[in-house]
Order: sequence, then C-alpha cells, then structure tokens
Amino acid sequence: MAEHHHGPAKGLSRWLFTTNHKDIGTMYLWFSFAMFILGGFFAMVVRAELFQPGMQLVEPAFFNQMTTLHGLIMVFGAIMPSFVGLANWLIPMMIGAPDMALPRMNNWSFWILPPTFLLLASTLFMEGGAPNFGWTFYAPLSTTYAPPSVTFFIFSVHVLGLSSIMGSINIIATVMNMRAPGMTYMKMPLFVWTWLITAFLLVAVMPVLAGAVTMMLMDIHFGTSFFSAAGGGDPVLFQHVFWFFGHPEVYIIILPAFGVVSQIIPAFSRKPLFGYDSMVYATASIAFLSFIVWAHHMYTVGMPVAGELFFMYATMLIAVPTGVKVFNWVTTMWRGALSFETPMLFCIGFLVLFTIGGFTGLMLSIAPADFQYHDSYFVVAHFHYVMVAGAVFSMTAAVYFWLPKWCGRMYNEAMGKTHFWISFIGFNLTFFPQHFVGLAGMPRRIPDYALQFADFNMMSSIGAFIYGASQILFLYNVIATIVSGKPVSDPKVWEGAEGLEWTVPTPAPYHTFETPPKIDPEHVHS
Amino acid sequence: MIRFSANPTVDTVTKLVAVAVAMFAFVFVVMVPLYNVLCDALGINGKTSGEAYTAVPAAIDESRLVTVQFVATNNEGMPWDFGPSTTSMKVHPGAVNDTVFHARNPLPRAMVAQAIPSISPARAAEYFHKTECFCFNQQPLDGESSAEMPLQFIVDQELPRDIRTITLSYTIFDVTDMAGGPLAAR
Repeated sequence: MAEHHHGPAKGLSRWLFTTNHKDIGTMYLWFSFAMFILGGFFAMVVRAELFQPGMQLVEPAFFNQMTTLHGLIMVFGAIMPSFVGLANWLIPMMIGAPDMALPRMNNWSFWILPPTFLLLASTLFMEGGAPNFGWTFYAPLSTTYAPPSVTFFIFSVHVLGLSSIMGSINIIATVMNMRAPGMTYMKMPLFVWTWLITAFLLVAVMPVLAGAVTMMLMDIHFGTSFFSAAGGGDPVLFQHVFWFFGHPEVYIIILPAFGVVSQIIPAFSRKPLFGYDSMVYATASIAFLSFIVWAHHMYTVGMPVAGELFFMYATMLIAVPTGVKVFNWVTTMWRGALSFETPMLFCIGFLVLFTIGGFTGLMLSIAPADFQYHDSYFVVAHFHYVMVAGAVFSMTAAVYFWLPKWCGRMYNEAMGKTHFWISFIGFNLTFFPQHFVGLAGMPRRIPDYALQFADFNMMSSIGAFIYGASQILFLYNVIATIVSGKPVSDPKVWEGAEGLEWTVPTPAPYHTFETPPKIDPEHVHS
Repeated sequence: MIRFSANPTVDTVTKLVAVAVAMFAFVFVVMVPLYNVLCDALGINGKTSGEAYTAVPAAIDESRLVTVQFVATNNEGMPWDFGPSTTSMKVHPGAVNDTVFHARNPLPRAMVAQAIPSISPARAAEYFHKTECFCFNQQPLDGESSAEMPLQFIVDQELPRDIRTITLSYTIFDVTDMAGGPLAAR
C-alpha cells in the first residue's frame, strides 16, 4: 500500500513529468498569470502611448504589434489557460474522481503551451516585427500585407488549438466517465456543468480556427486564393470563418466564469443556488445560440437585409438565457445571510460590471445602430467589460476562494479587499470613459487621436495604470499566503461552502478520492 | 449509440477526436464551397456569376431605362492604364449591350491581369447578366502594348423597378506570378 500513497517527486522532474491534476492545474494557473502580466504589460504600452494625443513613445507599427499581442496573449494565453487550470484542480475534486481521465495527455496539453507562447512572443524580435493585424487577424491584412513572422503566428495558433482540444477532450472524458457513484449529471456543481459545455464548444470550434489559419498559411505559401480576390477568393470569407470560431470563443471564455460565480455567490449568501436547473439549461442555450450569431461582428461588410435581421434577432435572443442567469444570481443573494469576503466582492463586481457589458452588447447587436459603433472604442469598452470584469474578475474571485483549500493557508483579507477596490476603481476608470469616446467617434487600434478625446483618454490611461498596479498587490498576496499565510485546517474553510472539494482535508492532499466518496442521495446539488 | 471501445474513456475520446477532425474538414468541404455557392446564388457582396450567361429570348422592356455606370480600379501595385471607354450607358432591360474597356501595359515586360467584377447595389447582382466578359479569363498583354477588352451584358427584365442605376466596378489585379503557362516561366 505504501507506494500507492507516494507524494510528489522532488525537484524539477515533479513538474516536467507530473500527471497529477493538482500539479498540472497549478502550472496552468501560474503560466496564465505570467501571460496575464505579459499581456498587461503590452496594454500598458498601448495606454502610455494614448495618454496624450500625438506620437510620444512608440512607432505606429510597434503600437499595432502591441494591440495585437495584447489581445492574442490575453485571450489564448491568460484567460483560457487560467480556466483550464481551475478545471484541472477542481473538476476531479468536485465530482469525486481521483484524477483526470487522461493524465498523460493532460501533462502534454500543458507543456506544449509555454514553448508556443515563447514562439509567439519571439516574433517581436524578428525582422518586420510581430503580427500587427489585430487579434482578429483579418485577411488580407494578415496574408498579403502581413510581416514574415505571420508564419510563426500561424504555427503557434495551431499548437495552442491542439492544446485546447486535448484539454477539452480530457475534461469531457473525465466528467462523463469518472463521476463518483451517485453523482448524476443534475447533481454536478455548476462549475462542472459550465466547463462540460465549454469543452464541447472548444472541440467544435478550435478546429475551425485551425482551418482559418491553415487557409492563411496556404494563401501565403502555397499559392491558393481562399482570401485573395485576384484568384477568385474572397476576403469576407475569412471573417465568416473567423467569427464562426470567434463567437463561440466568447462563450468559451465566459461560461467557466459563470460556473465560478455560481459556486461562490451561494457560499457567501449561505443559501443554495437559486434555479439550478434553469442555470444548466440557460448555459446549454447560450452555447447553442453561440453558433448562429457570428455575423453580428460583421454587420458592415454588406450583408443582405434578411441576414442582418436574422443575426440581430438571434443575438438579442441570447440576452434571455443570460438574463435568467443574472436573475438567479441576484435571487440567490436575496434574503441571504450575506458576508463580503474578497471572493464575494469580486463576484458582486462581476455581476454589476458584466451586466453593464451585457447591455452594451445588446446595443451593439442592433444592426442599424452598430454602423455607428463598429470598430470604435465603444466596442473596446464593451468587450473589456465582459472579458476583464467578466472572466478576469471571476478568475480572481476563484483564486481567493479556493487558494486556502489548495495551500492550507489563508490570504490576507484586508489586502484582498484593497485589491478588489483598487481593481474595481481602476477598471471602471479605464473602460467607462471609452464608451463616451467610442460614441463620439474614436476608432480602435489607432496610436493617435483627435484632440477632443484627450481628457477621456488620459483618464483611461490613469485607470489602466491603477488596474495594472493592483495586480502586483494580488501577486504579492498570493505568494505571501503560500509562503507564510495563517494556516487553515477546517476542511470547509468557508462557513457556507458546499461541495465535495470541501470534504477533503485542508490543504488538499496530493491524491484525493482514491476511493469514490458516498454521495447523499437526498442532497440535491452543491 | 455506437460504442468504439469497451473502455468508456477510450470510447468518449474516440468520438471527440472524430468530432474535432470533422470540424476541421467542415471548414474546407462545407464552409468554403457553401459560401461561394451562396454568394453566387444570392449576389452577396455584389458578386456576379463567373460564367457566361446564355441569353434567353425575351422581350425588351422599352418602358424604362436603367443607367449602367462603369468604374475601374487598379489594385495596389498594378501599373496598367485600365478603364471603360464610356463611363455610363442608358439601357433597356432585356436588350443586349456592348461596350469595351481599354487596357495598356506601360511596362517593358509581358504581364497577366485578372479583373474582378462587383455590382452595386448588391441586390442588382443577380439581374445583371454578362454574355461576354474579359473578366472570365486572365488577360495577358505584351510589354508596352494596349488592348480593347469587350464586355457584353443584358440587364434582366425582372430587375426591381426601384433600381434605376447599376454600378459595375472592376478591380484589376496583377496575377503574372500566379498565372500558369509560358508567361509565368518568363
């Protein structure tokens, strides 16, 4: 028996060769935080240049590389891997499984990521510079007019797509086959549900992204004309293929965030989640609808009116299941015994700001109005409200919520709350004014702007520096907790926490649920 | 439900890998051809049919005149002088009309060009029929020489009555490097 209960290997080989879901989850989380800092640094360059009108710090060509790499790294390097890390840590513990279904593939899907992003970042030092065509890499900007480094970009997209597909297959295989006896689908914690649906989205659309970049590769190097009008192709085709991937991608980013919030709000409201079943169905509806709304990103390409109307109404329909979710979270808090620890603060921040982002999304969905908003800072404000205040805030909440469980030490609550308030103020100072400059006509992706936008841009830049700096406080708090935080030994950590992950000892042992737990058949869900 | 393996994990993974591979193939075998078919059929993006129209005998609608405007654009880096001989014509729907575009290659070397048409408003694309067009083929031109390139078209009698002006725009691309055959070898 003794060798079955061995702990982690010593030294570097523990991390290189590990097949343990907790180790891999930890690596994903640290890697995504490193990428968050890198992508954030690029955003600081962008905001520093936009601090005042005129050209101050960087060349326009370099500015474009910064906006492009910021977007790519934040989406593919920071947000997506962070949720995969969370899934690795939590899904086996939440469904009573000893590990992920495919532990070796799990190791591989993590370890191909760091070299991929190293490759992507190395394009900055290549002749012609890094990709400069925006994170959406529209052809022909990314084919005919792209810098030579585009080939490295294409290869890195291929590899990170492969990593995502492997990660999702692993999650689906785990959830479908490794649940403890009695853990039926409708008893799974909502985080597991949202990730299961997200994983299906990933398996369906990451190959489409791979197809899009493969067509670019063939146009650039092998003489095909998928996107080149001269050879009978069509640049607009690129936008259709890209957004057929791109819109489900938006939900790939936000659905796990919904799952996190659905775990944390009940814990600090000391009430079960309101409307569990409707949450599951709403998540599935959002996932389904995400496949039939892609062209709302491209109203201005010249679609037939019938097309504009279809995509407009389909898009608006998404507000219904999303509204159900927001209603359920608010109702969960209603008459709850609320307390406002840091994870709860970030969740309430999420709820308020994500709803604002949802409303601006509804504005953007109106096809005739979108002609004014298209490619303006209003769009930038909208998607940062859903990406940052949606995905990043909930991810931050998750770290504060589960960190004591992971390392057996409590973070500094005062520092956590300070982090929240600085983030909240910094975030809103950055992005709220961007609604105004966007409506007034400031286009996105420009290094210089008209004088009348100067004040709001200066506010935005100051807010961005504040938000950026608050992440250093977060990093310090996390490290200080791991190194010297106050020890916690209560398995539940939080008074209102429910779920299997809170039944194992704190800190969570290296191996959990080697024998499946007993699920109370009366217990509805956690 | 088909099972690929007695081991449920292997079974799940096999199915999911199949889905991923199928979605990759979907882009090439469904999305791209479907997009082209839809654009052709519905005239999306003002695309006109790439094939010659066979005229069907039909009455000429003399009750109205439609203005057809011609626009020519050189794609970036294309040195040819390229343009319509007349910039605007008034035509009856159903009538066969002829016009020519002129092209001159000012460079000392032979080149190949491809003209890509587009109709505005896009709604008119399906009512604009070309029975003969230089845009159906790549156009080679020797160095420092000129050519007249013919275009024959019919505006369909079914053209909605609210459309009074149709603009036919050609963008000319340098495809010398892409063109197969002896020119590319030179």
